[in-house]
Amino acid sequence: MHMDTYPQLVTLVILFPAIGAFINLFVGARLTEKGVSAIATIAASLAFVVSFLLYLYLVNSNYQGAVVNPPLLDGWIQIGDSVVIPWQQRVDTLSVTMMLVVTGIGSLIHMYAAGYMHGDPKYHRFFAYLNMFLAFMLILVTGNNFLMMFVGWEGVGLCSFLLIGFWFDKAKGVGWRNSNAARKAFIVNRVGDFGLLMAIFLIFWTFGTLDYYRPGEVANPELAEGSKYAPVGSPAYLLYQEEHKSETEAPAEGEATPGEHSEAAATTEGATAAEATTTTEGESHAEGAAATEGEAHAEGEAAAEGEEEGHGEPAVVYVNNDHIATEQLGVFGQTERLLHEGEHIVDFGPFSLPFETVLVLITLFMLLGAAGKSAQIPLFVWLPDAMAGPTPVSALIHAATMVTAGVYMMVRANVWYHEAELTSVVVTLVGAGTAIMAGFVAIGQWDIKRVLAYSTVSQLGFMVAAVGVGAYSAAVFHLLTHAFFKALLFLGSGSVIHGVEHGHHLAHGKHGHGHDDHDPHPVHGENAHGHDAHADDHAHDDDFDPQDMRNMGGLWRRMPVTYLTYLIGTLALAGIFPLSGFWSKDEILADSWLIGLEEGALHGYIAFGVLFAAAFLTAFYMWRQIELVFHGKPRTEAARKAPESVWLMTVPLALLAIGSILAGFMQLPRPFFFLDQIFGTYHFVYWMQQSVIHSHAPAFQLGIALLATASALVAIFLARRIYGGEKSLVGEENRDPLESPIWSLANARLYWDEFYNRAFERPFNAMAGFLANTIDQRFWHGYFHNTVIRDGFNAIGEILSKPVDLGVIDGTVNGIGRVTRWLSSKVRLIQAGDVRVYALSLLLGVVVVILVLLLPLLNTGG
Amino acid sequence: MMEASGLSLLTVILFLPLVGMTIIAAIPEAQGRNIRYTALGFSLVIFALTLVMWASYNPADPGLQMVQRWDWLPTFGVSYFVGVDGVSLLMIVLTGFIMPVAIFASMASHILEERGREKLYYAFLMLLEWAMLGAFMIQDLIVFYIFFEVTLVPMYFLIGIWGSENRVYAAVKFFLYTLAGSVLMLLAILYVGNQAGTFAIPEIIAAVQSGALVFPFSGLFSTQSFLFLGFFIAMAIKVPLWPLHSWLPDAHVQAPTAGSVILAGVLLKLGGYGMIRILLPMFPEASVAWAPVIGVLAVIGIIYGAWVSYAQTDAKKLVAYSSVSHMGFIVLGIFALNSQGIQGSILQMVNHGISTGGLFLVVGMLYERRHTKALDAYGGIWKALPVFGAISLVLTMSSMGLPGLNGFVGEFTILMGTFGSEYLGFFFALFATLGVILAAVYMLYMFQKVFMGELDKEENKHLHGLSWQEYAALVPVVVGCFIIGIYPALFFAPMDSTVGQIVAQVTQFVTTVAAR
Repeated sequence: MHMDTYPQLVTLVILFPAIGAFINLFVGARLTEKGVSAIATIAASLAFVVSFLLYLYLVNSNYQGAVVNPPLLDGWIQIGDSVVIPWQQRVDTLSVTMMLVVTGIGSLIHMYAAGYMHGDPKYHRFFAYLNMFLAFMLILVTGNNFLMMFVGWEGVGLCSFLLIGFWFDKAKGVGWRNSNAARKAFIVNRVGDFGLLMAIFLIFWTFGTLDYYRPGEVANPELAEGSKYAPVGSPAYLLYQEEHKSETEAPAEGEATPGEHSEAAATTEGATAAEATTTTEGESHAEGAAATEGEAHAEGEAAAEGEEEGHGEPAVVYVNNDHIATEQLGVFGQTERLLHEGEHIVDFGPFSLPFETVLVLITLFMLLGAAGKSAQIPLFVWLPDAMAGPTPVSALIHAATMVTAGVYMMVRANVWYHEAELTSVVVTLVGAGTAIMAGFVAIGQWDIKRVLAYSTVSQLGFMVAAVGVGAYSAAVFHLLTHAFFKALLFLGSGSVIHGVEHGHHLAHGKHGHGHDDHDPHPVHGENAHGHDAHADDHAHDDDFDPQDMRNMGGLWRRMPVTYLTYLIGTLALAGIFPLSGFWSKDEILADSWLIGLEEGALHGYIAFGVLFAAAFLTAFYMWRQIELVFHGKPRTEAARKAPESVWLMTVPLALLAIGSILAGFMQLPRPFFFLDQIFGTYHFVYWMQQSVIHSHAPAFQLGIALLATASALVAIFLARRIYGGEKSLVGEENRDPLESPIWSLANARLYWDEFYNRAFERPFNAMAGFLANTIDQRFWHGYFHNTVIRDGFNAIGEILSKPVDLGVIDGTVNGIGRVTRWLSSKVRLIQAGDVRVYALSLLLGVVVVILVLLLPLLNTGG
Repeated sequence: MMEASGLSLLTVILFLPLVGMTIIAAIPEAQGRNIRYTALGFSLVIFALTLVMWASYNPADPGLQMVQRWDWLPTFGVSYFVGVDGVSLLMIVLTGFIMPVAIFASMASHILEERGREKLYYAFLMLLEWAMLGAFMIQDLIVFYIFFEVTLVPMYFLIGIWGSENRVYAAVKFFLYTLAGSVLMLLAILYVGNQAGTFAIPEIIAAVQSGALVFPFSGLFSTQSFLFLGFFIAMAIKVPLWPLHSWLPDAHVQAPTAGSVILAGVLLKLGGYGMIRILLPMFPEASVAWAPVIGVLAVIGIIYGAWVSYAQTDAKKLVAYSSVSHMGFIVLGIFALNSQGIQGSILQMVNHGISTGGLFLVVGMLYERRHTKALDAYGGIWKALPVFGAISLVLTMSSMGLPGLNGFVGEFTILMGTFGSEYLGFFFALFATLGVILAAVYMLYMFQKVFMGELDKEENKHLHGLSWQEYAALVPVVVGCFIIGIYPALFFAPMDSTVGQIVAQVTQFVTTVAAR
């Protein structure tokens, strides 16, 4: 198969999980558990294989993206020529990154779930939903227009709804609470979708299309001038040096080591300087490229031509989009063009706005959508409740993939976010505010999954803030590393819950472990305020909560694999060198700092300060969790007897742990020991740059890195001091040693739910009641219909039925007389006995007669 | 207009229900099975013929096709005049589609066993189909009016004889409201026909467009506006547009399942269809002038219907109020007066017919099993009837506009048309889009109440599964949701040229309006 046809495979990436879902939905009930999980896992893995092939395609075609029309469906919404919205997919570095994350981590979670869901009566439906989720998520990330993204966007919302409410039929009100959580997730997300829809309308009426890119269009025409992030000596890198020769002021600093191209070196070095300072290896690259360039000129190509090192593939041309008419471009290409052309007014019919203002509006509306899906202030409230779903769902949907959709969307639209300064500030504040708020709340939680849920909200805040400060590449980088370690942590927590629950069974001599017995609580209220104190209920008739960290302790001895992997996940999340979280978090911090420093942007400093504090909290609450769950002594019999999970569950843990360690190396900001020899430097940003125009990466900031690491270590040390040791919790009822009014605030989740309940829910319900009972029932039915219309008819009937001349009749008769005269004037022209006249009169008469017949019914029926 | 020789396909389709009705009348009451299957057979044949009609329709031609015209009362300019174009095509197909669905639902219903008079029932269904097809096909104002009114008669009796407890009240209310509106329409029709010298709609429109016929217009209250309102009020009651909606919940709640399905599925669409067919091209200036006012009513209807729907405790009433909200979208799209809005509205009429019709089926089937429509009586039904739960979920999602299903496409294009409309614009779209949030609120509320939660009520634990008739009614509806959702281009294609022409007919008067 020739590589050029590889992009066509992208249809399969959706088709595989969709087929898996169909099989399990329709015949899954008749298959064994093994059969069901095998089908689903294979479907997910095949999608991963396809994603990987697409990755290979991009690497081998100089990262040029492709637009793919799926077979059979040639269009979707099409209204004349004015609205053309196709089913069309986009293969580029951003979408392939997302595909790899979704299918890779998705496959592992499918495998884990095969063990975790064992024994559930709706086993096949669970896997059908998981596959369906993958299909929609892949539509979301591969769609080439905003409406396809929206299809995926709402589709994953539906799957999220189905999976949060998966255990909707639990006894004692738990099922009801689960379905409440599911409904809440859908409705809160709908608020975000409202924003997204408005953004889509604006986009359409501004650009006349919703397509990201058109076939043949280059996503990042600036790459025609090369890239400073390209591998040293590659054509793109040399071209960059060539293009920036004029900017050369001084040779690079002496510290530039062979092969390095830190930002300073890249921007200031000219080609000659590079030659002067590089080793022979570098020189040979330079010569090779110079030769290629010569060829390019000879062929009259505007841009440089080069070949991928060691692949022997045909030369690839860097081009821009100058030859394409503006209206033939996708939305982003048009934006670049319009901004380049200067002042532009967009006419919306009744009103018109400057182009820049339109961009601000679009991006703000999109932010609302992102706040829903990616759980930002003010719409994050659904995510903690979403933990009602089975734990693999929390890991896959509510940590690793779906909730990052908002970040993906904003990065996709980086052209607009880059331009809309006002929005950037708002996005930064929302993201940073969410990061610190959720980090704070996480400190006061007892439920092992709830801590992770708030942690997810907080980390999503990091990503959103990264978008705000323009660190698009860093946002996706953090999305990627976070997907590894947060999926790992959730699966680990599932393993813990599983173990503790098993231990509980063992301790109480209960048999017949039904898997669906543990109930993640949508409303977990162990706080002192009792506003949603829940009756605990695990289909067992006791109050044991296997998710409450107070029931754990000392598990490291019983569950060594879970412990070790959980530890890795925690350290990665806390940002400890050299685990993945360190690199991605550091890049966001460095970027925030630098945009403050270099552009004097206040929001850069704000983001830096707030995120720095949030990172401290992250390390703290995660280590608190480690202490409470794994260290110390078991606090319950269940924890004492908890067994390690089966291999189906521990293998994914181990794989994800490896990912959590290694994922950061794909974007080394400078050489580290031998690592850059293997992984290269700036690899990820160069990759992202191919589809995200405004990607950039800051030079490594040693000071920030040291400071952040130190702060994380201090947080861990503090958490160890407070929660470590034999008896970490206070008193018989295991109170938190930090208990205080402030801690209680965190424990009560800052009363967000209560606030929304008072501010929106109750007034909404009251208004609904008022409209339905008072306005609709009493006014429209009771008064308008019964009094005005019915009694009016009756009154007319009365008048007509009494042979009293009230003057009204005179008028009526006169009127009728006139009509009759007109009719008879016509009638006279018709031959007498014409059947058609009778037919007409008959039909008109029927209506009148029926009316008269019905009038008496009014009094009896009404 | 071309005079077709022989019978047009339309004429054949139109009179088949009457043939069916006659045959049913001839079958003895005792042979219930024969009666049922005769009705079913006719409705299926008619549906097949409407598909043949679609297949032979030429989408490139904006004008009327398959025309048949016979003079009836030449002196009055009244004729039997049928034709199909991009506006009516889908409506006719929808009528053909809904009818077998309604008949399957009737076959599965116990109401006929209880109340009897099966023959009369199916005869009325056939009469109703005839009247609805006629209303969509006829191109003569007087005859259109007759068909428009005749639809009332069978529906009145369907509600009045086979309805629930309060059926007489509801039937009378339904009749009074719709009749009240149509009296005004009749006056307007007589005036227009008198002025034009003909009642043939295409001829009147041509005269208006060429300037040969002028309905003086000088603002919201002038001759043209009054004529416009005469038609509009009748249509608005039929739709129903807020605040003329109060007949709808009663009619729906009291009607038998098939009645509700047909009412929501087809009858309400007469209003929207009439607006596009008559109001826009015949009274372009008044349409433009009144567009913002009507837009406001439509948006209020969208939000009001949704909000009131959420407060209902009766499943059928909830779905009925959701109709008010959905039909608000349709009116809004029509008065966006651009092709996105109008095409979206036409498609949404089909979508609403399918999804809301489907929801009424669902409620009806629940009622068959438990003899209550109170939401509180249910809970956890998904566990008792998993397939039924899944089908209901699809219909719920379709109704709340989940992309990939039909409802979204219509809503989206309507909202996009509204946003880009010269006469409505940003704020109309903004508030109408809020309806999308509210749709999730009330639809999920119902779904959760009925299908989720613990299966804790004893009487819900042993519900019998769906019969084949019930599957036969539901499955086509669900399939329809998917087809329109995934490949709506198929449905937009035949509308393009006709709607483009109507938009052009309206906008050519805009400059005139703007000048004033």
